[in-house]
Amino acid sequence: MSKIKNWPLWEIFVRSKNGLEHRHFGSLHAADAEMALENARDVYTRRNEGVSIWVVESKHITASNPENNGELFEPAQDKVYRHPTFYDVPDEVKHM
Amino acid sequence: MSEEQIKSLEKQFNERIERDEKIEPKDWMPEKYRKTHIRQISQHAHSEIVGMLPEGNWITRAPSLRRKVALLAKVQDEAGHGLYLYSACETLGVSRNELYEQLHTGKAKYSSIFNYPALTWADMGAIGWLVDGAAIINQVPLCNTSYGPYARAMIRVCKEESFHQRQGFEIMLKLCNGTPEQKEMAQDALNRWWWPSLMMLGPTDDKSVHTEQSMKWKLKRKTNDELRQQFIDQTVPQADVLGLTIPDSDLKWNEERQSYDFGEIDWDEFWQVVKGHGPMNKERMKARVGAWQRGEWVRDAAMAYADKKQAEKEKQAV
Repeated sequence: MSKIKNWPLWEIFVRSKNGLEHRHFGSLHAADAEMALENARDVYTRRNEGVSIWVVESKHITASNPENNGELFEPAQDKVYRHPTFYDVPDEVKHM
Repeated sequence: MSEEQIKSLEKQFNERIERDEKIEPKDWMPEKYRKTHIRQISQHAHSEIVGMLPEGNWITRAPSLRRKVALLAKVQDEAGHGLYLYSACETLGVSRNELYEQLHTGKAKYSSIFNYPALTWADMGAIGWLVDGAAIINQVPLCNTSYGPYARAMIRVCKEESFHQRQGFEIMLKLCNGTPEQKEMAQDALNRWWWPSLMMLGPTDDKSVHTEQSMKWKLKRKTNDELRQQFIDQTVPQADVLGLTIPDSDLKWNEERQSYDFGEIDWDEFWQVVKGHGPMNKERMKARVGAWQRGEWVRDAAMAYADKKQAEKEKQAV
Protein backbone atom coordinates (compact mmCIF):
# COMPACT_ATOMS: atom_id res chain seq x y z
CA MET A 1 0.00 0.00 0.00
CA SER A 2 1.17 3.45 -0.87
CA LYS A 3 2.32 5.76 1.89
CA ILE A 4 0.99 8.80 0.08
CA LYS A 5 -2.73 9.61 0.00
CA ASN A 6 -4.96 8.38 -2.84
CA TRP A 7 -5.94 10.48 -5.82
CA PRO A 8 -9.14 12.36 -5.01
CA LEU A 9 -12.44 11.90 -6.86
CA TRP A 10 -13.60 14.48 -9.45
CA GLU A 11 -17.03 15.01 -11.01
CA ILE A 12 -16.99 15.50 -14.77
CA PHE A 13 -19.35 17.78 -16.70
CA VAL A 14 -19.31 17.87 -20.50
CA ARG A 15 -20.90 20.29 -22.98
CA SER A 16 -21.68 18.12 -25.97
CA LYS A 17 -21.99 21.06 -28.37
CA ASN A 18 -22.20 24.80 -28.21
CA GLY A 19 -25.69 25.94 -27.36
CA LEU A 20 -26.18 23.13 -24.83
CA GLU A 21 -25.39 23.19 -21.11
CA HIS A 22 -22.67 21.15 -19.44
CA ARG A 23 -24.13 17.87 -18.23
CA HIS A 24 -22.87 15.50 -15.54
CA PHE A 25 -21.15 12.53 -17.24
CA GLY A 26 -19.64 10.65 -14.32
CA SER A 27 -16.58 10.81 -12.12
CA LEU A 28 -12.95 9.76 -12.06
CA HIS A 29 -9.84 9.89 -9.91
CA ALA A 30 -6.95 12.25 -10.63
CA ALA A 31 -4.11 13.90 -8.71
CA ASP A 32 -5.09 17.45 -9.69
CA ALA A 33 -7.50 19.44 -11.86
CA GLU A 34 -5.28 19.38 -14.91
CA MET A 35 -4.98 15.60 -14.81
CA ALA A 36 -8.71 15.32 -14.20
CA LEU A 37 -9.32 17.25 -17.43
CA GLU A 38 -6.92 15.09 -19.40
CA ASN A 39 -8.37 11.87 -18.01
CA ALA A 40 -11.91 13.10 -18.62
CA ARG A 41 -10.98 13.68 -22.26
CA ASP A 42 -9.89 10.03 -22.54
CA VAL A 43 -12.62 8.47 -20.43
CA TYR A 44 -15.70 10.45 -21.46
CA THR A 45 -15.04 11.96 -24.91
CA ARG A 46 -13.42 9.24 -27.04
CA ARG A 47 -16.05 9.71 -29.77
CA ASN A 48 -16.50 13.46 -30.07
CA GLU A 49 -19.00 13.62 -27.22
CA GLY A 50 -17.82 17.03 -26.10
CA VAL A 51 -16.51 20.49 -26.92
CA SER A 52 -15.92 21.62 -23.34
CA ILE A 53 -15.21 19.91 -20.02
CA TRP A 54 -15.63 21.09 -16.43
CA VAL A 55 -14.08 19.19 -13.54
CA VAL A 56 -14.81 19.78 -9.89
CA GLU A 57 -13.51 17.87 -6.91
CA SER A 58 -16.42 15.81 -5.59
CA LYS A 59 -15.92 17.00 -2.01
CA HIS A 60 -16.83 20.55 -3.06
CA ILE A 61 -20.34 19.56 -4.12
CA THR A 62 -23.12 20.04 -1.60
CA ALA A 63 -26.13 17.90 -2.41
CA SER A 64 -29.65 18.06 -1.04
CA ASN A 65 -30.84 15.11 0.98
CA PRO A 66 -33.78 13.13 -0.46
CA GLU A 67 -35.12 12.81 3.10
CA ASN A 68 -35.82 16.55 3.01
CA ASN A 69 -37.54 16.42 -0.36
CA GLY A 70 -40.87 17.16 1.31
CA GLU A 71 -39.98 20.52 2.78
CA LEU A 72 -37.79 21.41 -0.21
CA PHE A 73 -40.05 20.60 -3.12
CA GLU A 74 -43.61 20.18 -1.89
CA PRO A 75 -44.28 23.90 -1.43
CA ALA A 76 -44.12 24.21 -5.24
CA GLN A 77 -46.83 21.61 -5.74
CA ASP A 78 -49.84 23.62 -4.58
CA LYS A 79 -48.91 26.78 -6.46
CA VAL A 80 -50.82 26.07 -9.63
CA TYR A 81 -51.12 29.84 -10.22
CA ARG A 82 -47.48 29.74 -11.36
CA HIS A 83 -48.58 27.92 -14.49
CA PRO A 84 -50.29 29.55 -17.49
CA THR A 85 -53.13 27.00 -17.55
CA PHE A 86 -54.39 28.36 -14.20
CA TYR A 87 -55.76 31.46 -15.94
CA ASP A 88 -59.05 31.52 -17.83
CA VAL A 89 -58.82 33.12 -21.23
CA PRO A 90 -61.64 32.89 -23.83
CA ASP A 91 -60.95 30.64 -26.83
CA GLU A 92 -61.16 33.45 -29.33
CA VAL A 93 -58.09 35.08 -27.81
CA LYS A 94 -55.20 33.81 -29.90
CA HIS A 95 -51.46 33.75 -29.31
CA MET A 96 -51.50 34.03 -25.54
CA MET B 1 -34.35 3.00 13.08
CA SER B 2 -36.93 0.53 14.39
CA GLU B 3 -37.65 -2.69 12.58
CA GLU B 4 -41.11 -1.43 11.76
CA GLN B 5 -39.77 1.74 10.18
CA ILE B 6 -37.36 -0.27 8.04
CA LYS B 7 -40.22 -2.55 6.94
CA SER B 8 -42.27 0.43 5.85
CA LEU B 9 -39.30 2.00 4.02
CA GLU B 10 -38.67 -1.31 2.28
CA LYS B 11 -42.28 -1.46 1.19
CA GLN B 12 -42.10 2.05 -0.29
CA PHE B 13 -38.81 1.15 -1.93
CA ASN B 14 -40.21 -1.97 -3.59
CA GLU B 15 -43.20 0.02 -4.81
CA ARG B 16 -40.92 2.58 -6.40
CA ILE B 17 -39.08 -0.14 -8.30
CA GLU B 18 -42.42 -1.68 -9.23
CA ARG B 19 -43.39 1.68 -10.79
CA ASP B 20 -40.10 1.69 -12.76
CA GLU B 21 -38.77 4.64 -10.78
CA LYS B 22 -34.99 4.89 -10.66
CA ILE B 23 -33.07 4.72 -7.40
CA GLU B 24 -30.37 7.38 -7.01
CA PRO B 25 -27.27 7.31 -4.76
CA LYS B 26 -28.61 9.34 -1.84
CA ASP B 27 -32.02 7.62 -1.75
CA TRP B 28 -32.74 5.20 1.06
CA MET B 29 -32.17 1.61 -0.03
CA PRO B 30 -32.17 -1.76 1.74
CA GLU B 31 -28.69 -2.82 2.79
CA LYS B 32 -29.00 -5.96 0.67
CA TYR B 33 -29.78 -3.90 -2.42
CA ARG B 34 -26.65 -1.84 -1.82
CA LYS B 35 -24.45 -4.88 -1.25
CA THR B 36 -25.79 -6.82 -4.23
CA HIS B 37 -25.23 -3.82 -6.48
CA ILE B 38 -21.70 -3.28 -5.21
CA ARG B 39 -21.02 -6.94 -5.91
CA GLN B 40 -22.48 -6.99 -9.39
CA ILE B 41 -21.24 -3.58 -10.60
CA SER B 42 -17.72 -4.17 -9.30
CA GLN B 43 -17.60 -7.67 -10.81
CA HIS B 44 -18.62 -6.09 -14.05
CA ALA B 45 -15.93 -3.39 -13.76
CA HIS B 46 -13.27 -5.97 -12.87
CA SER B 47 -14.27 -8.00 -15.94
CA GLU B 48 -13.68 -4.99 -18.18
CA ILE B 49 -10.24 -4.42 -16.65
CA VAL B 50 -9.11 -8.05 -16.70
CA GLY B 51 -10.71 -8.38 -20.15
CA MET B 52 -8.03 -6.11 -21.56
CA LEU B 53 -5.32 -8.65 -20.78
CA PRO B 54 -5.99 -11.44 -23.34
CA GLU B 55 -6.23 -8.83 -26.10
CA GLY B 56 -3.45 -6.49 -24.99
CA ASN B 57 -0.94 -9.15 -25.87
CA TRP B 58 -2.05 -9.05 -29.52
CA ILE B 59 -1.87 -5.29 -30.12
CA THR B 60 1.77 -5.41 -31.19
CA ARG B 61 1.11 -8.58 -33.21
CA ALA B 62 -1.88 -7.33 -35.21
CA PRO B 63 -1.48 -8.23 -38.90
CA SER B 64 -2.11 -4.72 -40.28
CA LEU B 65 -2.33 -1.11 -39.15
CA ARG B 66 -6.11 -1.22 -39.67
CA ARG B 67 -6.42 -4.15 -37.28
CA LYS B 68 -4.00 -2.58 -34.84
CA VAL B 69 -5.83 0.76 -34.47
CA ALA B 70 -9.14 -1.10 -34.10
CA LEU B 71 -7.84 -3.43 -31.40
CA LEU B 72 -6.15 -0.58 -29.60
CA ALA B 73 -9.40 1.40 -29.63
CA LYS B 74 -11.33 -1.62 -28.37
CA VAL B 75 -8.95 -2.21 -25.48
CA GLN B 76 -9.06 1.49 -24.63
CA ASP B 77 -12.87 1.29 -24.57
CA GLU B 78 -12.65 -1.58 -22.11
CA ALA B 79 -10.50 0.54 -19.81
CA GLY B 80 -13.12 3.28 -20.18
CA HIS B 81 -15.98 0.90 -19.44
CA GLY B 82 -14.19 -0.30 -16.33
CA LEU B 83 -13.85 3.30 -15.20
CA TYR B 84 -17.53 4.19 -15.84
CA LEU B 85 -18.53 1.17 -13.80
CA TYR B 86 -16.11 1.77 -10.93
CA SER B 87 -17.39 5.32 -10.67
CA ALA B 88 -21.02 4.08 -10.65
CA CYS B 89 -20.06 1.59 -7.93
CA GLU B 90 -18.40 4.25 -5.80
CA THR B 91 -21.73 6.12 -5.56
CA LEU B 92 -22.84 3.25 -3.30
CA GLY B 93 -20.30 4.24 -0.68
CA VAL B 94 -17.39 1.95 -1.44
CA SER B 95 -13.97 3.39 -2.33
CA ARG B 96 -12.00 2.66 -5.48
CA ASN B 97 -9.16 1.32 -3.36
CA GLU B 98 -11.42 -1.15 -1.58
CA LEU B 99 -12.65 -2.38 -4.96
CA TYR B 100 -9.11 -2.85 -6.29
CA GLU B 101 -8.15 -4.57 -3.08
CA GLN B 102 -11.03 -7.03 -3.50
CA LEU B 103 -9.94 -7.81 -7.06
CA HIS B 104 -6.26 -8.16 -6.23
CA THR B 105 -6.79 -10.42 -3.23
CA GLY B 106 -9.19 -12.66 -5.17
CA LYS B 107 -12.12 -11.75 -2.93
CA ALA B 108 -14.03 -10.34 -5.90
CA LYS B 109 -14.75 -12.31 -9.04
CA TYR B 110 -14.56 -11.30 -12.68
CA SER B 111 -15.97 -13.01 -15.74
CA SER B 112 -14.33 -16.43 -15.94
CA ILE B 113 -14.08 -16.26 -19.74
CA PHE B 114 -10.91 -14.19 -19.35
CA ASN B 115 -9.17 -17.12 -17.72
CA TYR B 116 -8.82 -18.78 -21.11
CA PRO B 117 -5.75 -18.06 -23.23
CA ALA B 118 -5.78 -16.12 -26.54
CA LEU B 119 -3.54 -18.37 -28.61
CA THR B 120 -3.78 -17.09 -32.18
CA TRP B 121 -4.83 -13.98 -34.08
CA ALA B 122 -8.16 -15.70 -34.82
CA ASP B 123 -8.87 -15.52 -31.08
CA MET B 124 -9.13 -11.73 -31.46
CA GLY B 125 -11.89 -12.41 -33.97
CA ALA B 126 -13.64 -15.02 -31.83
CA ILE B 127 -13.45 -12.90 -28.69
CA GLY B 128 -14.98 -9.88 -30.41
CA TRP B 129 -17.65 -11.92 -32.15
CA LEU B 130 -18.60 -14.33 -29.34
CA VAL B 131 -17.44 -12.89 -26.03
CA ASP B 132 -18.51 -9.35 -26.83
CA GLY B 133 -21.62 -10.77 -28.46
CA ALA B 134 -22.57 -12.58 -25.26
CA ALA B 135 -21.63 -9.51 -23.22
CA ILE B 136 -23.98 -7.32 -25.27
CA ILE B 137 -26.86 -9.75 -24.70
CA ASN B 138 -26.15 -9.59 -20.99
CA GLN B 139 -25.78 -5.82 -20.94
CA VAL B 140 -28.60 -4.46 -23.07
CA PRO B 141 -31.29 -5.28 -20.46
CA LEU B 142 -29.13 -3.56 -17.82
CA CYS B 143 -29.63 -0.19 -19.54
CA ASN B 144 -33.07 -0.35 -17.85
CA THR B 145 -31.94 -1.48 -14.43
CA SER B 146 -33.32 0.24 -11.33
CA TYR B 147 -30.12 1.83 -10.04
CA GLY B 148 -29.65 5.12 -11.92
CA PRO B 149 -25.84 5.38 -12.06
CA TYR B 150 -25.52 1.75 -13.21
CA ALA B 151 -28.18 2.18 -15.91
CA ARG B 152 -26.50 5.36 -17.19
CA ALA B 153 -23.08 3.69 -17.30
CA MET B 154 -24.58 0.74 -19.18
CA ILE B 155 -26.16 2.98 -21.81
CA ARG B 156 -22.71 4.36 -22.61
CA VAL B 157 -21.14 0.90 -22.55
CA CYS B 158 -23.74 -0.60 -24.90
CA LYS B 159 -23.42 2.27 -27.38
CA GLU B 160 -19.71 1.61 -27.67
CA GLU B 161 -19.76 -2.16 -27.55
CA SER B 162 -21.36 -2.89 -30.92
CA PHE B 163 -18.17 -1.84 -32.74
CA HIS B 164 -16.32 -4.45 -30.70
CA GLN B 165 -18.47 -7.26 -31.96
CA ARG B 166 -18.41 -6.09 -35.57
CA GLN B 167 -14.62 -5.76 -35.64
CA GLY B 168 -14.37 -9.33 -34.27
CA PHE B 169 -16.77 -10.69 -36.86
CA GLU B 170 -14.84 -8.92 -39.62
CA ILE B 171 -11.61 -10.58 -38.50
CA MET B 172 -13.35 -13.97 -38.64
CA LEU B 173 -14.84 -13.24 -42.05
CA LYS B 174 -11.48 -12.24 -43.48
CA LEU B 175 -9.87 -15.44 -42.18
CA CYS B 176 -12.73 -17.58 -43.47
CA ASN B 177 -12.35 -16.09 -46.93
CA GLY B 178 -8.58 -16.58 -46.81
CA THR B 179 -6.34 -19.63 -47.25
CA PRO B 180 -7.40 -23.06 -45.92
CA GLU B 181 -4.92 -22.58 -43.06
CA GLN B 182 -6.52 -19.25 -42.14
CA LYS B 183 -10.00 -20.75 -42.20
CA GLU B 184 -8.79 -23.62 -40.05
CA MET B 185 -7.41 -21.09 -37.61
CA ALA B 186 -10.84 -19.43 -37.42
CA GLN B 187 -12.55 -22.80 -36.87
CA ASP B 188 -10.06 -23.66 -34.13
CA ALA B 189 -10.79 -20.36 -32.35
CA LEU B 190 -14.54 -20.98 -32.58
CA ASN B 191 -14.03 -24.49 -31.19
CA ARG B 192 -12.21 -23.16 -28.16
CA TRP B 193 -14.38 -20.08 -27.43
CA TRP B 194 -17.87 -21.45 -28.12
CA TRP B 195 -18.52 -23.30 -24.87
CA PRO B 196 -16.87 -20.75 -22.57
CA SER B 197 -19.03 -18.09 -24.27
CA LEU B 198 -22.19 -20.06 -23.41
CA MET B 199 -20.99 -20.42 -19.82
CA MET B 200 -20.40 -16.68 -19.69
CA LEU B 201 -24.16 -16.14 -19.49
CA GLY B 202 -24.09 -17.72 -16.05
CA PRO B 203 -25.25 -20.95 -14.37
CA THR B 204 -28.60 -22.46 -15.38
CA ASP B 205 -31.65 -20.88 -13.73
CA ASP B 206 -32.13 -23.70 -11.23
CA LYS B 207 -28.52 -23.24 -10.02
CA SER B 208 -28.41 -19.45 -10.04
CA VAL B 209 -28.65 -18.22 -6.46
CA HIS B 210 -29.14 -14.52 -7.18
CA THR B 211 -31.61 -14.61 -10.07
CA GLU B 212 -34.89 -14.35 -8.19
CA GLN B 213 -33.95 -11.35 -6.03
CA SER B 214 -32.16 -9.66 -8.93
CA MET B 215 -35.24 -9.97 -11.13
CA LYS B 216 -37.35 -8.30 -8.42
CA TRP B 217 -34.93 -5.37 -8.29
CA LYS B 218 -34.79 -5.21 -12.08
CA LEU B 219 -31.05 -5.71 -11.74
CA LYS B 220 -31.73 -8.57 -14.06
CA ARG B 221 -34.51 -8.49 -16.62
CA LYS B 222 -34.04 -11.90 -18.21
CA THR B 223 -32.84 -15.18 -16.72
CA ASN B 224 -29.50 -16.76 -17.63
CA ASP B 225 -31.18 -19.51 -19.65
CA GLU B 226 -33.25 -17.02 -21.63
CA LEU B 227 -30.14 -14.97 -22.41
CA ARG B 228 -28.18 -18.07 -23.43
CA GLN B 229 -30.94 -19.21 -25.80
CA GLN B 230 -31.07 -15.75 -27.34
CA PHE B 231 -27.29 -15.79 -27.85
CA ILE B 232 -27.35 -19.21 -29.52
CA ASP B 233 -30.29 -18.36 -31.76
CA GLN B 234 -28.65 -15.22 -33.04
CA THR B 235 -25.11 -16.63 -33.35
CA VAL B 236 -25.75 -19.88 -35.24
CA PRO B 237 -26.84 -18.12 -38.48
CA GLN B 238 -23.74 -15.90 -38.18
CA ALA B 239 -21.53 -19.01 -38.08
CA ASP B 240 -23.33 -20.15 -41.25
CA VAL B 241 -22.37 -16.89 -42.97
CA LEU B 242 -18.75 -17.57 -42.01
CA GLY B 243 -19.01 -21.17 -43.19
CA LEU B 244 -17.85 -22.43 -39.80
CA THR B 245 -19.22 -25.33 -37.76
CA ILE B 246 -20.42 -24.80 -34.20
CA PRO B 247 -18.66 -27.49 -32.11
CA ASP B 248 -21.88 -29.05 -30.79
CA SER B 249 -23.18 -32.26 -32.38
CA ASP B 250 -26.52 -31.87 -30.56
CA LEU B 251 -27.19 -28.44 -32.02
CA LYS B 252 -30.44 -28.64 -33.98
CA TRP B 253 -33.23 -26.29 -35.05
CA ASN B 254 -36.41 -26.99 -33.12
CA GLU B 255 -39.36 -26.08 -35.32
CA GLU B 256 -41.84 -26.20 -32.46
CA ARG B 257 -39.88 -23.90 -30.16
CA GLN B 258 -38.58 -21.78 -33.06
CA SER B 259 -35.20 -22.01 -31.33
CA TYR B 260 -32.07 -24.13 -31.39
CA ASP B 261 -31.72 -27.14 -29.12
CA PHE B 262 -28.17 -27.51 -27.90
CA GLY B 263 -25.89 -29.95 -26.11
CA GLU B 264 -24.95 -30.32 -22.47
CA ILE B 265 -22.65 -27.63 -21.07
CA ASP B 266 -19.71 -28.88 -19.01
CA TRP B 267 -20.57 -27.09 -15.76
CA ASP B 268 -17.76 -28.85 -13.89
CA GLU B 269 -15.33 -26.96 -16.09
CA PHE B 270 -17.20 -23.71 -15.39
CA TRP B 271 -17.01 -24.13 -11.61
CA GLN B 272 -13.35 -25.19 -11.80
CA VAL B 273 -12.52 -21.95 -13.63
CA VAL B 274 -14.65 -19.86 -11.27
CA LYS B 275 -12.82 -21.40 -8.32
CA GLY B 276 -9.48 -20.34 -9.76
CA HIS B 277 -8.35 -23.46 -11.60
CA GLY B 278 -8.75 -22.20 -15.17
CA PRO B 279 -5.80 -22.18 -17.55
CA MET B 280 -5.00 -18.49 -17.00
CA ASN B 281 -6.36 -17.46 -13.56
CA LYS B 282 -2.93 -17.10 -11.95
CA GLU B 283 -1.41 -15.43 -14.98
CA ARG B 284 -4.20 -12.82 -15.21
CA MET B 285 -3.99 -11.88 -11.54
CA LYS B 286 -0.22 -11.71 -11.70
CA ALA B 287 -0.39 -9.34 -14.67
CA ARG B 288 -3.05 -7.17 -13.05
CA VAL B 289 -1.46 -6.94 -9.60
CA GLY B 290 1.96 -6.43 -11.17
CA ALA B 291 0.71 -3.50 -13.27
CA TRP B 292 -0.86 -1.94 -10.18
CA GLN B 293 2.31 -2.31 -8.11
CA ARG B 294 4.62 -1.07 -10.85
CA GLY B 295 2.41 2.00 -11.21
CA GLU B 296 2.56 2.90 -7.55
CA TRP B 297 5.55 5.26 -7.77
CA VAL B 298 3.87 7.09 -10.66
CA ARG B 299 0.66 7.58 -8.69
CA ASP B 300 2.63 8.74 -5.66
CA ALA B 301 4.78 11.12 -7.70
CA ALA B 302 1.69 12.66 -9.33
CA MET B 303 0.06 13.18 -5.94
CA ALA B 304 3.23 14.63 -4.41
CA TYR B 305 3.57 17.02 -7.35
CA ALA B 306 -0.08 18.10 -7.08
CA ASP B 307 0.35 18.76 -3.35
CA LYS B 308 3.54 20.76 -3.98
CA LYS B 309 1.86 22.94 -6.60
CA GLN B 310 -1.10 23.50 -4.29
CA ALA B 311 1.24 24.52 -1.43
CA GLU B 312 3.08 26.97 -3.70
CA LYS B 313 -0.21 28.50 -4.79
CA GLU B 314 -1.30 28.94 -1.17
CA LYS B 315 2.06 30.51 -0.27
CA GLN B 316 1.75 33.05 -3.07
CA ALA B 317 -1.75 33.94 -1.99
CA VAL B 318 -0.55 34.96 1.50
